[in-house]
This record gives sequence, structure tokens and C-alpha cells, in this order.
Amino acid sequence: MPVGEAHHVCDVLVVGAGPAGMAAAFRAARSGARVAVVDDNPAVGGQIWRGEQAKPKSKQAQEWFEKIRSVDFEFINAARVFEQTSPGTVRAETPDGVLELSYRSLLLATGARELFLPFPGWTLPNVMGAGGLQALVKSGLPIEGKRVVVAGSGPLLLAVGAYLRGRGAEVLVIAEQASSWRLARFGIRLVREKEKFLQAWKLRREFSRKGAKAQRKSVRYLSGCWVVAAHGEEKLEKLTLFRGGKRWEVSCDYLACGFHLVPNVELPELLGCAVENGCVRVDEFQQTTVPQVYSAGETTGIGGLELSLVEGEIAGLAAAGKHDDARQLFPVREKHRRFAQLLNRTFALREELKQLSAPDTIVCRCEDVTFARLRAQSSWRAAKLQTRCGMGPCQGRVCGGAVEFLFGWRAQSVRPPVLPVRVESLVRGSE
Amino acid sequence: MPEVVTLVVNGVSVTMPKGSMVAAAILKTGIHGFRRSVSGEARGPLCGMGICFECRVTIDGEQHCRSCQTVCREGMDVRACG
Repeated sequence: MPVGEAHHVCDVLVVGAGPAGMAAAFRAARSGARVAVVDDNPAVGGQIWRGEQAKPKSKQAQEWFEKIRSVDFEFINAARVFEQTSPGTVRAETPDGVLELSYRSLLLATGARELFLPFPGWTLPNVMGAGGLQALVKSGLPIEGKRVVVAGSGPLLLAVGAYLRGRGAEVLVIAEQASSWRLARFGIRLVREKEKFLQAWKLRREFSRKGAKAQRKSVRYLSGCWVVAAHGEEKLEKLTLFRGGKRWEVSCDYLACGFHLVPNVELPELLGCAVENGCVRVDEFQQTTVPQVYSAGETTGIGGLELSLVEGEIAGLAAAGKHDDARQLFPVREKHRRFAQLLNRTFALREELKQLSAPDTIVCRCEDVTFARLRAQSSWRAAKLQTRCGMGPCQGRVCGGAVEFLFGWRAQSVRPPVLPVRVESLVRGSE
Repeated sequence: MPEVVTLVVNGVSVTMPKGSMVAAAILKTGIHGFRRSVSGEARGPLCGMGICFECRVTIDGEQHCRSCQTVCREGMDVRACG
């Protein structure tokens, strides 16, 4: 065996240690399965509970960190699964070398990433994702006194705005592309979901006049509003915002901009799992179209925390053979699925966002491919061959979503390795 | 007092709370360009969670490290070239 190559054997291998992966690992381990969890990040918690292991910020996080601590499982951090060597065995790269992981059941809880849409200036340093800036602040970036504009779409914007303000940032505007009409309908439906309504109401109130007064500066939550351009020399200096036919400029230090989420389906696709409308297809027990490969959480469709948790629990139980126990949770999942559908309808992206790019706006940031060059292509494949779009280190993870929204092309095939890895990681244990 | 680590970014010493990521340390030193794109533009972190590869820097001599997924260690030598 080459130096640094270690072999792990388990009953249930969970990829992704966010809420879905945690719930799955907990349920499977409690059912007596030998469980291993791998994640790219240094700790469990995923993006939503990033850095909260020692000090959870909500009762729910606290509860799940306690649950996961109460069971026996192996956690392998800073590990990225990049290929399958044979059915039942995958390989992961870590800073210390390659791990070979063998399992009876595999559970893919790879989560989601933000959808980024190009607009002039979006490649300037300090233009980041909404979740992106939040992740960096959770990772130690001081944000106190910085002027931030939060923009894009989705319930994440309010949460990010509240979080950043709580850390001392001056949140100037929250620009939500969805119309006030759609948001109002969402609000009415939300009343039926008492808990979620209270959450949203609390966040919204933080940005109301009264709340804002206490913070001295007022924060505007503007619906039907979006960023049309970012300006600056070597980094972001100001933005042009658009709403209701009017344009105006705002000077700021950071833009936190994301257009809701897209599932991370590269690894499931590599393993042969069917993907429909960008989401991994699963049966009632969260099993994918590949036997003994399960999937849960945002990977199977964007639905938020509660849905991720219950899907994780069902998948974990099913992977451990406890199908009757899993079945008990179906009604809870159904309820949260309905909410997810409502959410996705409310924050559907408006057509105008397709018009933001100028001819020289870069769409593929890895290979610096412009909108004009892509517009001349006929398909994702043609774009890759002619322009190298999607062929850089991110492998289309950023531009793929944008290109699908702008041109309707979907990435077709995924090849190993699904992530850039060191050359020595690709050389299999031949010595 | 919270535990801290001190690292060096482009020759400048920066102290971070333990567990911080390198990307946060780089921004804290006032550097915003982490790398140069293939056409020469300055770039910095976008996704903050290991997906976009825009925050790549050289850490202790190893090129192309994603600074948003790398935990700060004492004495680490970080080079950003944006």
C-alpha cells in the first residue's frame, strides 16, 4: 500500500456532514450499523451550522450536535470523495493522502451550493455569495463596520442580513429579485406553518423601522430589486441597483449575492444515480436508482433544514435496514416537502436576470469565457469544446448553473475525478 | 481569552482566532486579490465553501490551496498573488 493510503470498512458510509448527513449517521449508528462520515470541511455541521460545534446558536443545532455526539461513528474531515474504484468502494483525498472507503450502503448528503448569475463586475474581489460571505465571517473574517449589500433571491438573504448585522456589519440594502406580490402570497401560505412563520416574522422584524432604529441605521428590504453592475478598480467599490425602472448607486465594501441554491449532484452522477431537473431521484426510502446508494437533503431537491433532517433520518434508517421505523417519518417529510414546493415557486427567477450580462461579462470564471463567446455556441458540449467553458478547476460548478439559466444547456456527463486532485492521488495502490 | 494563531500573509503577520480559515486571514490583512485569472484579473473568494476555487493561494510552498477550506495554523506562510 502506498504511503498515506488507508483502507476503511463500514456498513454505512455517509458523504456530507451537514444536517442531512448528521441525521442519517445518527439514525444508522443508533440502529447498530458501523458508520463512517466524510466531509470536505474541518467539522460536522455543514454550511448552516458551520463553526457551531462548540457553541450551537440554536436549540435545533444544539439538539443535533448532542445527538451526533451520543452515537459511535467515525468522522473523517477534510476529505473529498473523487472517484469510485469498484461498486462498494470509493476513494477520498485528504491533506495526508488518499483513503479507500468500502461500504455496504452509501448515503450521499452532498448538500447544495449557491446559484451565481453573472452581471458586469461580478468577478471583482469582494463580490461574494450570500452564503459565501456568511461562511467567511463564520470562518473568522471581521465584518464590523463594513458596508454590505445583500442581494439575489431566497430566504437565505434575510438570514444572512440578520447574521451580518449581528456581527456588526452595516447592512445597507437587502435586494430580493422576487416580486412583492409573490412574497405576499408566500407570507399568507406561511401562516399555516406556524414555526416557520414565526422564524420569518422575527427576521423581518429585525429589518423593520423599529428594529432598525435601535441599530441607528435603517436597513431596506426591497423586493423586485437586483444588482445590475458592480464597479471598482482592483476590488468592489460600488454597485448599481435596479428596481421598478429606476437605477441608483450604492458604495459598499462587500456584496453578498446569491440566487438561491442548486443541489451538488456531481458525485451522485458519477456513481450512476439518475438526476432529474437537477436533483437526485430517490424512492420513498430515499434510495437512488442505484441499489444501496441513498441520498438525502438538498442533494435531492432544495427544501431547507427541516426537510433535510427528516430525509436524513429516513435514509439512515433505511440504509441500516430499519424500513418500518423509516416509514413512521413519511408524514413529517410530506409536510416539509409541501413547504419546499412553495419556497421554490416563490423565489423562481425572473426573466430580466437573463439580460444582465454585457458581451464582455465573464461567465466561466475559471477559464474567463465571456457571454459573447458563449452566446455563439449551440450546446454545453459545443461551449466546452470551443471555449473551455466549465473545464477549469471548479468543473462547471459555478458557471454550470448560470449557463443552464441563461441558455438552457445542462451539463451532460461527469467524469472522474469529480474534483481536481493531486496526481499522486490518481495513481492507485500499485506499489 | 480566546486561543489565537499567528500566520504570515505576503510577509505580514496576522493573528486569528483558532479555527479560522486562511481566506479570512488574507482579507483581514487587507489583501483582496487572492489570485490572477487566466486573463489577468484579480480574483477573491466567491463561494466561501470550497466549490469555486477562486480563493486559491500558495500555502507553505504548496500552490493552488483553497484558502476558504484551510484552517489557519501557527507560523503558516501564505502567498496571495492577486
